[in-house]
Amino acid sequence: MAVGYTALPMSETEPPIDASTQPREAASPPPPPGEFDPRSIDLGRVECLQILNERGELDEGLTPDFSDDDLRRVHRAMVLSRAFDARMLAMQRQGQMGTFAPNIGQEACMIGQVWPLGPSDWFSPSYRAFGAQIWRGWSMERLMTLWAGYHEGFPPPEGVNDLPFSIVIGSHVLPATGIAMGMRRAADPHCVVVNFGDGAFSQGAVAEALNFAAVEKAPVVFVCENNGWAISTPLAKQAGSDLLAARGVGYGVHAIRVDGNDILAMMTAMGEACERARRGEGPTLVEAVTFRMSLHTTADDPTVYRDESIVEPWKSRCPIKRFESWLVRTGRLDPTDGDRIRAACEEEVLEARARFRSNAQAKPREAFDHLYQSIPPELEAQRMEYLRRLDRKGVE
Amino acid sequence: MPQRTMVEALNLALDEALGGDDQVCLMGQDIGVNGGVFRVTKDLQAKYGEDRVMDSPLAECGIIGTAVGMAVYGMKPVAEIQFSGFTMQAFDQIEQNMARLRNRTQGRFPIQMVMRTPYGGGIRAVEHHSESREAYWAHTPGLKVVIPSGPRNARALLAASIQDPDPVVFYEPKSIYRAFREDVPDEPEQMELGKAEVARSGSDVTIISYGAMMRPVREAADDLAELHGIESELIDLLSISPIDTDTLLTSVTRTGRCIIVHEGHQTCGVGAEIAARLAEGGAFQYLLAPIRRLTAADIPFPYFQIEQHFLPDADDVVAAARELMEWT
Repeated sequence: MAVGYTALPMSETEPPIDASTQPREAASPPPPPGEFDPRSIDLGRVECLQILNERGELDEGLTPDFSDDDLRRVHRAMVLSRAFDARMLAMQRQGQMGTFAPNIGQEACMIGQVWPLGPSDWFSPSYRAFGAQIWRGWSMERLMTLWAGYHEGFPPPEGVNDLPFSIVIGSHVLPATGIAMGMRRAADPHCVVVNFGDGAFSQGAVAEALNFAAVEKAPVVFVCENNGWAISTPLAKQAGSDLLAARGVGYGVHAIRVDGNDILAMMTAMGEACERARRGEGPTLVEAVTFRMSLHTTADDPTVYRDESIVEPWKSRCPIKRFESWLVRTGRLDPTDGDRIRAACEEEVLEARARFRSNAQAKPREAFDHLYQSIPPELEAQRMEYLRRLDRKGVE
Repeated sequence: MPQRTMVEALNLALDEALGGDDQVCLMGQDIGVNGGVFRVTKDLQAKYGEDRVMDSPLAECGIIGTAVGMAVYGMKPVAEIQFSGFTMQAFDQIEQNMARLRNRTQGRFPIQMVMRTPYGGGIRAVEHHSESREAYWAHTPGLKVVIPSGPRNARALLAASIQDPDPVVFYEPKSIYRAFREDVPDEPEQMELGKAEVARSGSDVTIISYGAMMRPVREAADDLAELHGIESELIDLLSISPIDTDTLLTSVTRTGRCIIVHEGHQTCGVGAEIAARLAEGGAFQYLLAPIRRLTAADIPFPYFQIEQHFLPDADDVVAAARELMEWT
């Protein structure tokens, strides 16, 4: 990783230094225990990356090398994600959608983490990843279908190498690591990106995944979207250190903290992490610092547990506004483009909603069809009884 | 035909699977250089390398969870959990992913993998090393649960489990790992999963069991015939999920008496399920005596100085059969 990244204010992480001895560098991999070495160990620094600050100022030393087309494509994906999110919320409030987790404010994290992935790479999302899933090729009507409670929405579309999003917190991080272990064994030059939140990072399974990945040098990039809240539990009650990226260091996983509301920083960090993974240099932990602007899910009422005034400063850190103003200032977008793109995205979402409404169809007769490759006799007997029950109730 | 212990027979099955399919890989704690604490994977790492016979970090949840991911990527992992008492650490990944990913994705990601683990008492082990909680996995939709009872069927069932397209929990009765040898042919052999085997024919009482308990049950059957003139029919389940209900019903409707013997706890155990199926399946009207369960009691597996009193033995089976014969 290049030297000279701007440190975010929250990242003052100088390790304690024992003045009486010369620090030594942490060895990697660790040597077998020999004679005890009493010198203190310098774990090094956790690098922090911000390129475009919340005032829209670019760190000139870090001017990224992305094509204008890529930048415009990414901007549009962020706008589309927000439009989709807003429409989902409206549909849920109108009783047309199941419970879901709003994504607003995390668009830079979402698009930034999947931006470097190709079709042979894999992505394993948590449940707050609309923008990322759409980018990866999940149609919006498919996402609506699954969040509205239809099983047909769950399998990834043909040709999309994604796991379905996880529901039990952190339960997908080990399988994602296992996919990367399979890639390394096959010597395939691909990588896996898996995302989870600050709450998930308290799960033992996530710790195990970091360890397996480090031992295996698995080509996986762990993205911890640290949005500060796990339902009602703030980070201060979730973790003894607010520097979640530091956990990577302990496991021997390359780690970096990124301003998760700065799309240029996310794209840069993720691009480098994915390349490291593909080159066989092992896993990376990316802590993306962001904020949960809205509800945990539509079944949640944050006013019960947090003073909503804490959201205010984050409004000015809006990842879309920040990026868009820079794109306009640098002539990559016209001043009127933003509104035009927003209108087009809104239209696209409405078209998806129309397809969802005309296509979604519950299939009660298929409930038993996918559990085993061939249905065992006892389950077939249960299936026949279930079908007779549907017949009695007149269910097609 | 070569005589092999169950450990040797399982090693043979794993060797054949690794040799026959590049996608098969083994993972688990101490399975490499050490060959597993029971030596089931002896010499396989030397033969197939560290990537295909992987010494995992000490984390059961991690082993099963990453095995699921490898299966998604097209590999066929055979994961060893060192003792079945430690599978509780992996419950999360078994339930959330191993058992349900195929269903979640409507068949897009089948999980072809096996979780092997030694189960059961009788080896004077420390706490958490003697459990028989197979009922947990039979209760979990999406899994198959297989338990062999001797070297020959252990080899044939493990070979079939590795080739099965669905995730299999393979419980190995460790008290008979080396207790006896059987003819196990050099040529590959497989048995169909989901089928019970009539291990002995008889007309008076049906005794249903599986795994290590088949040994005392066979002993009891000999005693019943020789000492008491009672002809018992023994059924070796081999598969706990699915259960071969038809074979059980055919036998019990003929004998009219049924004893179910297992090491697992009684409440909501495999015996409870079998008794319910027999009742629902119509054996009810043929019964000459109540169905009888001989199982471990609903207490944690005791410290080993008293374990011989905890598990059912041949005398218990003989006594139960005689009681049923005298039922009026």
